[in-house]
Amino acid sequence: MAKVKGAIVIDIEKCKGCGLCVEVCPQKVIALGDKVNAKGYFYADVVNENCTACENCVMICPDTVITLYRAKVEV
Amino acid sequence: MDVKFESWKEIIKDENIAFKKTKVLTDNILSYCPGCGHGVVHRLVAETIEEMEIQDQTIGIAPVGCAVLAYDFFDLDMQQAAHGRAPALATAIKRLYPEKFVFTYQGDGDLAAIGGNETIHACNRGENITIIFINNGIYGMTGGQMAPTTLEGMVTSTSPYGRDPKLMGYPLRITELIAMLPGTYYVTRQAVYKPAYVRKAKKAIRKAFENQKLNKGVSFVEIVSNCNSGWKMTPVEANKWLEENMLKTFPLGDIKVDGELVKEL
Repeated sequence: MAKVKGAIVIDIEKCKGCGLCVEVCPQKVIALGDKVNAKGYFYADVVNENCTACENCVMICPDTVITLYRAKVEV
Repeated sequence: MDVKFESWKEIIKDENIAFKKTKVLTDNILSYCPGCGHGVVHRLVAETIEEMEIQDQTIGIAPVGCAVLAYDFFDLDMQQAAHGRAPALATAIKRLYPEKFVFTYQGDGDLAAIGGNETIHACNRGENITIIFINNGIYGMTGGQMAPTTLEGMVTSTSPYGRDPKLMGYPLRITELIAMLPGTYYVTRQAVYKPAYVRKAKKAIRKAFENQKLNKGVSFVEIVSNCNSGWKMTPVEANKWLEENMLKTFPLGDIKVDGELVKEL
């Protein structure tokens, strides 16, 4: 059976660490890390691979730093 | 680009892109605070322009306020208006170039306080323009002073004991006010604090731009947004506070569609 899987890439240098994407992700794929970027923000990063490409994070991100990929994979 | 997970290597390919930053936004980092709703609305306007393929036919008017640098972020022809005068400038541009798509992007201090006069008269004249109005109930850029749209009892730096309507007046619902004018064709209030509302807001912005082809009057989209710096909250708390407090005074939904009031005022 084919299943829709997603993946995201976060532009960490442009992320301001607001945490809105962490809040809306139903799979808890994103979390704020303990590392800072050049601007001094604790940026958001991916912590697990359960992304379902629901688009919540890209919709809420104010700085459009997330790129979303979606593919059908056989399981 | 380093991919963290083995299973994602298959997915992260150019042909699988489901969402990426629109080309109508420049690569500059937005000057807004972390979590500010301005960024989302910038994206929605830019995506609408990209989808309608009108990037070279659109002229935007930047306000004074947090969005004063909007011309740095939109890859469009932009004009910068004096404080509150964006609808007047938009009127001039639209009358000179009637075939162009003209929109103003204003905050609540710019549109409802200093520019209240321009807004009401541009709407009353029925200019064929789109007005995007970001309402966060506070003067964000200057340090969180009370705005006309500040809620009753809301604490700001110039109303430290909360807004007292007897002394400082009531929150100004300018969207309801201008909906009563015959010159407006489409008036709506949206929000961007949840993904579902972001999608709705995008539909409203799309309709507001499409309406310019009809030449029937002003299309006015209010977006209730947060100001976590001015409200002294984290972005997540600010969105929660918005849902619990702002939406009582500023209920979401269409007010006027295709020139007909759809909501009792």
